[in-house]
Amino acid sequence: MTSQEKSSLQSLSKAVTVNDNPFMKPVEWVSLALLAGVILVVLPLVLDGFRLNLVGKYLTYAFVALGLVICWGYAGILSLGQGVFFGLGGYCMAMYLKLEASSVENTKIQSTPGIPDFMDWNQITELPWFWHPFQSLPLTLLLVVAVPVAFAFLISVAMFKRRVGGTYFAIITQAIAAILTILIVGQQGYTGGINGITDLRTLHGWDIRQDSAKFILYFVNGGLLIGCILMAQYVKKSKLGRILVAMREKEDRVRFSGYSVAGFKVFAFCLAAAFAAIGGAMFTLQVGFMSPSFVGIVPSIEMVIYAAVGGRLSLFGAVWGTLLVNWAKTSFSESFPDLWLFGLGGLFIAVVLIFPNGLAGIWREHIEPRLFRKAKGLAPVASPALPHGTPAE
Amino acid sequence: MNAALLPSSAPIGTPADDKSFLLAVEALTVSFDGFKAVNDVSFYVDPDEIRVIIGPNGAGKTTVLDLICGRTKASSGSIKYKGQELTKLSESAIVQAGVGRKFQTPSIYDDLTVFENLEISFPRGRSVFGALTFKRDAEVRDRIHEIAQTIFLKDQLDERAEFLSHGQKQWLEIGMLLIQDPELLMLDEPVAGMSVGERIKTAELLNQIIKGRSVLVIEHDMKFVEDIAHRVTVLHQGRVLSEGSMERVKNDPKVIEVYLGH
Repeated sequence: MTSQEKSSLQSLSKAVTVNDNPFMKPVEWVSLALLAGVILVVLPLVLDGFRLNLVGKYLTYAFVALGLVICWGYAGILSLGQGVFFGLGGYCMAMYLKLEASSVENTKIQSTPGIPDFMDWNQITELPWFWHPFQSLPLTLLLVVAVPVAFAFLISVAMFKRRVGGTYFAIITQAIAAILTILIVGQQGYTGGINGITDLRTLHGWDIRQDSAKFILYFVNGGLLIGCILMAQYVKKSKLGRILVAMREKEDRVRFSGYSVAGFKVFAFCLAAAFAAIGGAMFTLQVGFMSPSFVGIVPSIEMVIYAAVGGRLSLFGAVWGTLLVNWAKTSFSESFPDLWLFGLGGLFIAVVLIFPNGLAGIWREHIEPRLFRKAKGLAPVASPALPHGTPAE
Repeated sequence: MNAALLPSSAPIGTPADDKSFLLAVEALTVSFDGFKAVNDVSFYVDPDEIRVIIGPNGAGKTTVLDLICGRTKASSGSIKYKGQELTKLSESAIVQAGVGRKFQTPSIYDDLTVFENLEISFPRGRSVFGALTFKRDAEVRDRIHEIAQTIFLKDQLDERAEFLSHGQKQWLEIGMLLIQDPELLMLDEPVAGMSVGERIKTAELLNQIIKGRSVLVIEHDMKFVEDIAHRVTVLHQGRVLSEGSMERVKNDPKVIEVYLGH
């Protein structure tokens, strides 16, 4: 019986790797179910409204970490400026919400009613041109993704067509994060400056400050995250995913197999930007403001650490890593606020030195083998779920 | 269109009709900071010809291949492939025109399986969108199995490429080129570091895949060169020193002095 099982598993695994390219392996379906179960069922049941909202906020960073798995883990492009795209997505959403909160009726005490309060304080008397598109919700939803992706496209085309890569690219992305922060802070009248865009109230008339709205937004966020995971999984499983890995290892070989390497790098970078932007928009909706402190170098590097801790080659690991680091950050900085940065630094060093594949690596190398050894009886239960292929017995 | 049409001595100057050659390299020069690594090199490759380039270290052999496949840009001169100028094209466009290149050290993807290595080289879905929607259909599988058979790796399809032996890695890279089905195949030291057995198998492999294409090989192993070469071009200090059949080149006093003599 056991030898039969063994041979059936062997032939199945052979069929899976040689002839089939399933969308997800059984173990990945289990990981997805586990993650979805925790995010959409367990946490909402266990946590109070405040803590759940906090988890919702953490999960918006998971979008960024997810993008980094594709961009950094798979394609080997380290970006230290993902905060830029998170921030741009968040700002796009915040601009719409701010305009809705700044109706003529709400702002009648201003010298120019109908424009955001910070513009009025800065002696601006007319809505700047680039704010106009954000009066429309459909257009805003489009721009939330389109603006950061367009920006990512410009940066990456300029860099990758010239074959700038590796450390140089990382440094440039970091510089862009710094520049954008300075720009936002400096242009207070147009951007809300260092305070960011605050006092956001309603989304198309729906009050996002009430608890029920936060509860619903949490689920919207969770659903979008799982959607993005599935999208990333599709990319990872496609030939494009394998080309990214190939490019990471032997860029020249890929080029001399007839591919334009720059195009694939641009795609990976833009996809990561799109994910980050969705996260940023969901952050604004759930937390109720957006400020330059989520755009700059420090948050961008923290986001890389989330992906590194989770495992930069694992989509699910990135989400768990984000949750874990943020949970640690919150509980640590509640009791030892000064020590947190050291803790974060230590964590990063530990990841690099001791477990380079992060949580996902620990899981794959240490926990999974043990689980499967213990749960031998589980194998026959799992096998019917596998592709039909009846093994020769 | 065979040997009869070819100038049997080293050709200097432009032949009347470029198109009778698969590859026409003329007055090719590249200089790195004033140093001319390749200096006024001209040679012509026929359809279905196996041409071997030999020469001492630093003669500019690999640089010539780099120039043809677009990895290095020429300072002057021209490279015409089926009448099309290659010096202006990007690397990927040159590959798509039908030129394949194997590197000196086996250049394969360690983290992918042999199957996946071959699949990436399959000439379909080379755009970003094409790669996203690429389907691993019967045509792809059949072709990969066929190639794997040719390169002696039928039983290793499922293995990660990093676990292959050195010789197998070289064959895999040749297979990755074969699946592209190039008309001009360029191999940089395909038997370097191989055992005698592997070398014989490789010669057999090359003779088998030559049909319908030209091959440009850089090799130091003279026994191997004698086995496969139709004609030989000798480079020395960036220039063509001699050209012709192996027999002729072997007996050329200049070649003996700089290369074969020691």
